[in-house]
Amino acid sequence: MDAIYILGILLVGAMLTYTVGDKWASKVALLFSLVAFGFTVCLGHCLTEERNLIWSWIESPSIHFALKIDGLAVAMLLLTTALIPLIIYSTFGKQVKNAKAFFALILLMAFAMSGTFLAADGILYYIFWELSLIPIYFIALLWGNGDLEERKKAVIKFFIYTFAGSLFMLAAFIYLYSKAGSLLIADLYALDLTGEEQCWIFAAFFLAYAIKIPLIPFHTWQANVYQKAPTVGTMLLSGIMLKMGLYSVIRWQLPIAPDASKEWMPFLLYLGIAGVIYGSIVAIRQKDLKKLLAYSSLAHVGLIAAGVYSLTFDGIQGAVLQMLAHGLVVVGLFFAAEVIHRRFETRKIDEMGGIRQQAPKFTSLFMILVLASVGLPLTFNFVGEFTVLYSLSQIDIIYAVLGGLTIILGAYYMLKMFQNVMLGETNAKPFADITMHEGVLLGIIAGAIFFFGLHAKCITDFITPSIQNILTHIN
Amino acid sequence: MNVLIAIAGLGVLVLVLEIINLRKVIIPLSILGLFGVLGMICCQMGKTEDTFNNMIVKDSFGSAFSILLVSLTILLLGLSHEFYRNHRTKISDFVSIKLFLLSGCIAMVTFGNFAMFFLGIEILSIALYVLAASERLNLRSNEAGMKYFLLGAFASGILLFGITLIYGATGSFDLETITAIVQSGEAEEWLNIGVVMIAIGMLFKIAAAPFHFWAPDVYEGSPALTTALMSTLAKVTAIAAFFKIWSALSYDLPLVTICIIVGVAMLSMTIGNIMALKQANVKRMLAFSGISHAGFMLMAFLNTETAASSLFYYAAAYATAGIAAFAVIIYVARDKGHEDLALFNGLGKTHPLLAVILTCALFSMAGIPVFAGFFAKLMLFNQSFTGGYIALVIVAVVNSIISVGYYFKLIIAMFTNESNEERTGKPFMIYAVAVVALLLNLALGLYPNITGCLGL
Repeated sequence: MDAIYILGILLVGAMLTYTVGDKWASKVALLFSLVAFGFTVCLGHCLTEERNLIWSWIESPSIHFALKIDGLAVAMLLLTTALIPLIIYSTFGKQVKNAKAFFALILLMAFAMSGTFLAADGILYYIFWELSLIPIYFIALLWGNGDLEERKKAVIKFFIYTFAGSLFMLAAFIYLYSKAGSLLIADLYALDLTGEEQCWIFAAFFLAYAIKIPLIPFHTWQANVYQKAPTVGTMLLSGIMLKMGLYSVIRWQLPIAPDASKEWMPFLLYLGIAGVIYGSIVAIRQKDLKKLLAYSSLAHVGLIAAGVYSLTFDGIQGAVLQMLAHGLVVVGLFFAAEVIHRRFETRKIDEMGGIRQQAPKFTSLFMILVLASVGLPLTFNFVGEFTVLYSLSQIDIIYAVLGGLTIILGAYYMLKMFQNVMLGETNAKPFADITMHEGVLLGIIAGAIFFFGLHAKCITDFITPSIQNILTHIN
Repeated sequence: MNVLIAIAGLGVLVLVLEIINLRKVIIPLSILGLFGVLGMICCQMGKTEDTFNNMIVKDSFGSAFSILLVSLTILLLGLSHEFYRNHRTKISDFVSIKLFLLSGCIAMVTFGNFAMFFLGIEILSIALYVLAASERLNLRSNEAGMKYFLLGAFASGILLFGITLIYGATGSFDLETITAIVQSGEAEEWLNIGVVMIAIGMLFKIAAAPFHFWAPDVYEGSPALTTALMSTLAKVTAIAAFFKIWSALSYDLPLVTICIIVGVAMLSMTIGNIMALKQANVKRMLAFSGISHAGFMLMAFLNTETAASSLFYYAAAYATAGIAAFAVIIYVARDKGHEDLALFNGLGKTHPLLAVILTCALFSMAGIPVFAGFFAKLMLFNQSFTGGYIALVIVAVVNSIISVGYYFKLIIAMFTNESNEERTGKPFMIYAVAVVALLLNLALGLYPNITGCLGL
């Protein structure tokens, strides 16, 4: 089963969703995303060795429609196609205005993100990368919440920020093209660049990725957009889109500019760890639930970035595991915030409380998500976080000590948040326990977290060859 | 040459149709006629020949641009029906002026002799002066026409002076002869003054900074369809003609000239984009955006041997996106007397298709992928990079970022603000032209090989 079918399904699905009208849009979108998920599982199942699909597209400048299918790409594809049905399903039981456009945009976004993970030609990759920006821009702008004027400002800031970053990446690609005469990933890997050239290329890529991930000090767009965007948009952004940046670091930045990455490694590790500490400390002070989750996401992503930039096998493997785990958990947490918002109509933490007595099922599921986010053993997050910290300790124990703060600080602010939101006196406001839809969704996520936490080997076996392959290019 | 005669003949035919009272068939017939002309150009493609003592040269550059210009005119004529619906009695004048204008354009991209070139540019300019002032009772339209005429005539004078100096230096009006003399290095010294004067005249016509001051006022004051014509057809023609002259005259460019071209390109991009950020009038905003696009297109002038295809592609991408955008603007601003940003509020709710088309057109101008504008920028940047003009590329990249600011202002207004305007009717021709222009743009984006097919 070729990966191109998955792209086709998502694109056709987006078009069909728009044409069937508001009433059926969500169901059609769910169907197509599930089919895409099924195809991805088949693809992963049949994958024995990496494959390249290359068609010629433009002769001058020479651009190919090239896809690279290996364990790493399929793992990210799996994350995308697994989360998209969940994200679509999360809107069930809630009225969405102009539903046909909304769901079509979600599928279009899934199409663009899957393309980014698969593309093996610089320009094709760039096209998918930019294309994914348009749907999320409209989703955040048109279906977001809060004051319209503030939302406009937050969203346009996000757009210009990311667009600016990616244009520098484009400049880097053009430079690489003038050197290699082609932008196929294999040719770029084979390219022999001088140290100075590598530094420039590395810096241009870094701007694009640091904004997307986001790393300190390029994170200023994040919390506002997460807060203003609808929950679906936040899930798409934090669950999948920021993984695009991390994935691209592994796939494009490190192997193309290996010497520069070695040179900059200590600095980048500190930058990632600074994100961990800064995100955690700011999260402690947050009064808005969604903003707290946004800053906690910033902290986790900082650690993942540190794992990636450690340039060791363990670091990168742990980072990939952590990407998948973080994607699952963050979608679950944002959905839980949405569940509370549906009942209490607020995101302020101090207006919540006392949910436990009224909704025991919801509390248990929420507790699982919180514990997973903290990285408790048995959960998927533990595997990734532990591997990353281990690899950091191999380089220098100080990185591991500082990075390890994520677990301590994370436990502090997440459990404090849990205490304030769920426990305490019975709230005057009634809180109905979760509906079937909500239960199924949170249940699936909680199940997946435990399954992969106990059985992470199936993922590690899957991604090991491709990571080793990339490491040989780095060294 | 046949093409020129056919287009001019079509213009005369339109006037005759008015006399024999067949006003209704004017637009359909002229569109049909232009399709015929398009067929004629396609049939003659691939052949290189010259006619009338090298007055008109048939080459791939000329044919490619002729096809583009005729297609743009077809789209613009499609909009005429709706735009002039309150001026039915004058429709023959407007249509025939546009056809004559097109003949001037064709002369400007296929000329082989400076006399023919000047003839073409005068036909083009005079037709534009008339069209700019064509809303007789509107003060601003009169002002625009007057301003354009005075400044344009002045620029034509400088241009003509340049041509004369070149004649003095080389003893010929013939482009091939001049090129041969320039390359042999036997030309008189004042040839360079002539080249500079021609460059000034042409920079005025394409509205590149610092010769851009007329553009915002004229674009804003002219009737919307004329603005569309100026910013697409006239701009593409001028830049193509300038490129043709430039590649003939520039041989072994000295560093100073290169610096000046780079400087003008950077200045145009930056001034155009920064001024556009502040505009509240959409036509004025697009005028400034046009100035910045002229700057982008000037990047092609640094590498005349291989840049013809990138220039053609950029011009095609810009013009198709421009026509799609103006089709929507014409619809939204009709009978309003102004084109303020506020008119576009809530278009996404009342007319989703038009709003999406305008959004896509603006995406293309901003250079966001899958639309042709992205590949156009990619090719130009790539070429400049290979030529070693890294600073220019960086300025261009920064400008692309700035341009997002004002394009998105319009998009946000369409989709988020509440509608406060009454918009009635869904005129078929506006929709048709907008959709066709956008599809052309998308097709260019998906098959950038088109320039190769046209022999560029």
